[in-house]
Amino acid sequence: MWGFLKRPIVVTADINLSLVALTGMGLLSRLWRLTYPPAVVFDEVYYGQYISFYMKRIFFLDDSGPPFGHMVLALGGYLGGFDGHFLWNRIGAEYSSNVPVWSLRLLPALAGALSVPMAYQIVLELHFSHCAAMGAALLMLIENALITQSRLMLLESVLIFFNLLAVLSYLKFFNCQKHSPFSLSWWFWLTLTGVACSCAVGIKYMGMFTYVLMLAVAAVHAWHLIGDQTLSNVCVFCHLLARAVALLVIPVVLYLLFFYVHLILLFRSGPHDQIMSSAFQASLEGGLARITQGQPLEVAFGSQVTLRNVFGKPVPCWLHSHQDTYPMIYENGRGSSHQQQVTCYPFKDVNNWWIVKDPGRHQLVVSSPPRPVRHGDMVQLVHGMTTRSLNTHDVAAPLSPHSQEVSCYIDYNISMPAQNLWRLEIVNRGSDTDVWKTILSEVRFVHVNTSAVLKLSGAHLPDWGYRQLEIVGEKLSRGYHESMVWNVEEHRYGASQEQRERERELHSPAQVDVSRNLSFMARFLELQWKMLVLRSDDSEHKYSSSPLEWVTLDTNIAYWLHPRTSAQIHLLGNIVIWISGSLALAIYALLSLWYLLRRRRNVHDLPQDAWLRWVLAGALCAGGWAVNYLPFFLMEKTLFLYHYLPALTFQILLLPVVLQHISDHLCRSQLQRRVFSALVVAWYSSACHVSHTLRPLTYGDKSLSPHELKALRWKDSWDILIRKH
Amino acid sequence: MPPATGGGLAESELRSRRGRCGPQAARAAGRDVATEAAARSPKRPARGSQRFEAAGRWALLALVTLLSFATRFHRLAEPRHICWDETHFGKMGSYYINRTFFFDVHPPLGKMLIGLAGYLSGYDGTFLFQKPGDKYEHHSYMGMRGFCAFLGSWLVPFAYLTVLDLSKSLSAALLTAALLTFDTGCLTLSQYILLDPILMFFIMAAMLSMVKYNSCANRPFSAPWWFWLSLTGVSLAGALGVKFVGLFIILQVGLNTIADLWHLFGDLSLSLVTVGKHLTARVLCLIVLPLALYTATFAVHFMVLSKSGPGDGFFSSAFQARLSGNNLHNASIPEHLAYGSVITVKNLRMAIGYLHSHRHLYPEGIGARQQQVTTYLHKDYNNLWIIKKHNTNSDPLDPSFPVEFVRHGDIIRLEHKETSRNLHSHYHEAPLTRKHYQVTGYGINGTGDSNDFWRIEVVNRKFGNRIKVLRSRIRLIHLVTGCVLGSSGKVLPKWGWEQLEVTCTPYLKETLNSIWNVEDHINPKLPNISLNVLQPSFPEILLESHMVMIRGNSGLKPKDNEFTSKPWHWPINYQGLRFSGINDTDFRVYLLGNPVVWWLNLLSIALYLLSGSIIAIAIQRGAQLPAEVAGLSQVLLRGGGQVLLGWTLHYFPFFLMGRVLYFHHYFPAMLFSSMLTGILWDTLLRLCAWGLASWPLARGIHVVGILSLLLGAAYSFYLFHPLAYGMVGPLAQDPQSPMAGLRWLDSWDF
Repeated sequence: MWGFLKRPIVVTADINLSLVALTGMGLLSRLWRLTYPPAVVFDEVYYGQYISFYMKRIFFLDDSGPPFGHMVLALGGYLGGFDGHFLWNRIGAEYSSNVPVWSLRLLPALAGALSVPMAYQIVLELHFSHCAAMGAALLMLIENALITQSRLMLLESVLIFFNLLAVLSYLKFFNCQKHSPFSLSWWFWLTLTGVACSCAVGIKYMGMFTYVLMLAVAAVHAWHLIGDQTLSNVCVFCHLLARAVALLVIPVVLYLLFFYVHLILLFRSGPHDQIMSSAFQASLEGGLARITQGQPLEVAFGSQVTLRNVFGKPVPCWLHSHQDTYPMIYENGRGSSHQQQVTCYPFKDVNNWWIVKDPGRHQLVVSSPPRPVRHGDMVQLVHGMTTRSLNTHDVAAPLSPHSQEVSCYIDYNISMPAQNLWRLEIVNRGSDTDVWKTILSEVRFVHVNTSAVLKLSGAHLPDWGYRQLEIVGEKLSRGYHESMVWNVEEHRYGASQEQRERERELHSPAQVDVSRNLSFMARFLELQWKMLVLRSDDSEHKYSSSPLEWVTLDTNIAYWLHPRTSAQIHLLGNIVIWISGSLALAIYALLSLWYLLRRRRNVHDLPQDAWLRWVLAGALCAGGWAVNYLPFFLMEKTLFLYHYLPALTFQILLLPVVLQHISDHLCRSQLQRRVFSALVVAWYSSACHVSHTLRPLTYGDKSLSPHELKALRWKDSWDILIRKH
Repeated sequence: MPPATGGGLAESELRSRRGRCGPQAARAAGRDVATEAAARSPKRPARGSQRFEAAGRWALLALVTLLSFATRFHRLAEPRHICWDETHFGKMGSYYINRTFFFDVHPPLGKMLIGLAGYLSGYDGTFLFQKPGDKYEHHSYMGMRGFCAFLGSWLVPFAYLTVLDLSKSLSAALLTAALLTFDTGCLTLSQYILLDPILMFFIMAAMLSMVKYNSCANRPFSAPWWFWLSLTGVSLAGALGVKFVGLFIILQVGLNTIADLWHLFGDLSLSLVTVGKHLTARVLCLIVLPLALYTATFAVHFMVLSKSGPGDGFFSSAFQARLSGNNLHNASIPEHLAYGSVITVKNLRMAIGYLHSHRHLYPEGIGARQQQVTTYLHKDYNNLWIIKKHNTNSDPLDPSFPVEFVRHGDIIRLEHKETSRNLHSHYHEAPLTRKHYQVTGYGINGTGDSNDFWRIEVVNRKFGNRIKVLRSRIRLIHLVTGCVLGSSGKVLPKWGWEQLEVTCTPYLKETLNSIWNVEDHINPKLPNISLNVLQPSFPEILLESHMVMIRGNSGLKPKDNEFTSKPWHWPINYQGLRFSGINDTDFRVYLLGNPVVWWLNLLSIALYLLSGSIIAIAIQRGAQLPAEVAGLSQVLLRGGGQVLLGWTLHYFPFFLMGRVLYFHHYFPAMLFSSMLTGILWDTLLRLCAWGLASWPLARGIHVVGILSLLLGAAYSFYLFHPLAYGMVGPLAQDPQSPMAGLRWLDSWDF
């Protein structure tokens, strides 16, 4: 029992000094003068505003990626005690003293720094030599583009960090698999793979590519496992189950968790509210919630409502009418009914109020008890301020001649009868007797006489319609489209009998008391959907580039220019590394093809274990490059050089692998091997030299003369800023 | 378990496959044939008369073909007006007959065949095909419809033969044939003047011949082998020549060929020379032959369409010079630009037009209030500009001056001929594209300021070269701001007469929007040359027409507030397409898949994935399957896999496409899906029958199952046939309607 006293207590520490040194150098290169420049650099202007939103707890919507990345940056702000008060309006603006620049930039920089030792470990776990591993890490260390990107409030370095973490932990797990399955470290690395993948996806959708790669590799390995007949069925099943849980369930749960935290953090309404549905807006503090709080839930005959179009494109808007009529004759010579205009108006206005009227009765107030409107009921919609009712007829709409004009009916006594009956269809109904509910119900109005559906056409009316949006009756209602769906946003039970009184009532804000909460899943699904379908069309940017230009580094991005001197920061890679990375990839592909063909004819050039190593390294590194690069050819959005950086890191991992392979298997004599090593050393020195030469553009700490800058413009396509004096 | 029934079939099937692939292929051919023959008659004992069986098989094939033709040709003439896209393809057929040039986003073969069919059947190309619903009156349209229906009818026998070959089971083939014959969607799509029946004909022909040559693999370089291989190539060319969707079947054949070659390459009993021969044969038949045929269709296309027509504007100036009736045809103009030349400048991007200016100013509040500069699609005297030197205003046409050519890199001034204002730009934002600079006409009688100076550059040329009419691609760079003259392609509002915006873009990226060429060129001091010298060569025309087609395709973008069909709608038969008629008094035709068939297909895909993975895992786990089950699983994995690949390739790429999509794009995939259904149910029922073999009536399961599926398909066709053959009377919501109660989904509107 006291046995442990008999022996001395010994702690054996195994410290890989090269790893420590690499980490140190990584930290040094990424953290050195981190607060410089003390001004907004490039996309910091973009991410910065989201950090401020987090600090102020204001809801926002960003279509560039899931919220985890923004949250990581915001964590930096939180640690630095940032209060969110900074106007992120232009690149180059000096930071005020309340912005903790160092801590805001710290997390991406740390992620960038840690990528260096991780590269080392990955190559080691691929069972290549310590030398090759060092090579990979040193290349990561001196790659200028990676340094630039890590030293700013940007997400690529964090993404790369999690990509590499996923690969590393999978390799660790895979190596554990051979000798100790289901051990503690096996579980740890397996779970970490899932977590890292999920984090990568949570930062940018691009992380999906690496995730898919890891899934594919894991699936192939699992398939081999299934084929392993020394394992019992139960054992195989447990293996598969563990993988499914770690690589499928955990990522999904974590992804949801990101959104959960995101929505918990951002509970105040903000500038992006309008994009979201009324129900979502009502769940935020302030904004619409302040108005809708306490509205009656069920719409009844006599209710006063505003109707918002669910599709909301090109802009979110409300059904609207005003005194003006359609012009008798349009510019193109077609005629109209000359009745009162009905439009969709993107601002809150007293003319957005409509009264739901029972066609069978004459009263415009809610009876007591209120008679709720149900799916399938016939209604008339009476415009509150003008008491004219919503009407459509077989007259071509002003801008969409294939659809019917919608108007508020004026009786000109010219044998054009009112056709103002609409059938209410609740689209998201549970049963056919559902009641029309404020905010929650999505409804369509189907015209009884012509079965046209009330629709937002999306076209802007000319000056006579005050550039408001056109509303039409769609005759060919082919299926469900959100532009035909409406929901009640503001709602109250009308009580005034007299028109004058009613107008006063319409002007006053609605006030009653009920609160409603949307479930997390509903909010998550809506937010995710909106993020995926939101398209911002800034199709042109001075520094945008096409994927083909990336491989050979034909382009750069000017990130920042000192306001007075010509010190500047560019996203510009180390061209020696980029070119040799691409070469290594080509060599890898050719060699693999050669080996494959030869193996097919039963000629085995490589011993089995070397071959397996070669294949696994290729699957992860070349595969990682391919999945992170090739999909960009299919994308239509504006692309930038920094999109290539994740692919580049995989290329950098592949480089030493190929070099070692050449040295081990293709150099036949000792002499050749020596010569080759010397060449590699010379090549690495040149990469170092290039890195050093480009250093002023990477850190932006030194102002170069125009002559020196011109000398750095190695490619005509590089845009280096030279001040004219 | 008697060996001669379906089970025995599977075993022999397995053996013959192995024999083909493996090195121990040396077996008596006679026996092989016998087993194959036995394999094809699952319901009879192998001992039965072979001749009798062969006749039976032929009779069955004939029956299937006949039924297919009968359904497709039944009431083909109805309705006697234009339905849906007939308005396009009929019109294009007429263009071929009239030999006028037109532009379409699809390659020409399909429309050429329609035109040919019309020509042969006596249609004279005079019908206008203006809009759907127009009556054909006395015009002969049956030839074109009949031709499409003829090709569409072959789909069923092709699918039948393909499945027969893949599964070696008559019942699977019959089931597939029934599904396709009784599918209202395939039927409707085959009955009108459309590209789809032609496309699907070639796709299925390619699939069938590929499967056939695969099964000839044990007799390489034999006559049938060559026949089917080259037929595959021909069909591929046909498919690609009709629509670019043909690329998917090319991909499938390509993958199959690569797998095939990989397999041969690994067969150590074959020498490298033999493998090389295999490779060459495939390169010849599957790459060279289709490419040659495909190019030939374009050659015919350009030869036939020799007259100027509605498609001219889509093509470059040099191209237009080929077309008789175009003002560039047989024209002769000076070749090199010189100072003093009067020119028109055309944007290289399709449908942008000529650099244009007119006596109207930009309105108040939109940049500087100077004369508008736009691009205009039509030929007009306001498109004329004079090239002048930037620093002198002397008339270069003065005969005392020597001719001075404009060279790459020169600084020039462009003076608008009608208004004598100079092309001008400055640091004001452009009217629509806010990040660009405004372009205006400035100055009086050619006297302006330094903002009128432009540097003229030829793309990819050295400094000092002369500039050629039509052929040189030029950029105009504004000297002061360094921006490039371009057109954003956006339509100006009323004040700009709805012409297109011209801007000066500070982004120096080389895009077609900022590249121009000189089209008309007048200079009395220079000798004229005939434009025929500048006519593009055939490869250039081919390349250009492809660029235009690809751009046209990607230009078909859906609008925001329009309802568009999404790929996920298709397999669930979510919504059809109205071919003809809307109201209850109209003759209505509605393209919609037979829901029973389509939902069965959908279920089958899920079931296939499930059963396929179970079997694959069992094999991977090394389970010892009974010979019969092993045979059936081979059919399921290989045959089914082949077809599933086809479905995947013809369906999933649509998810990546940005262009407008329609329901009918799914039909090629639907053919594959139906074949999968046939193979799957036949195999599953056989497996069931085998599994329950101890039970006395087990063998009946297969027969009963297949029969009930056949009858179900036929009955559902009976229910839904008015969709295809046309219906009159109240809409389906109305209980009076013959279709009442059949509107199973709210989204179907018939």
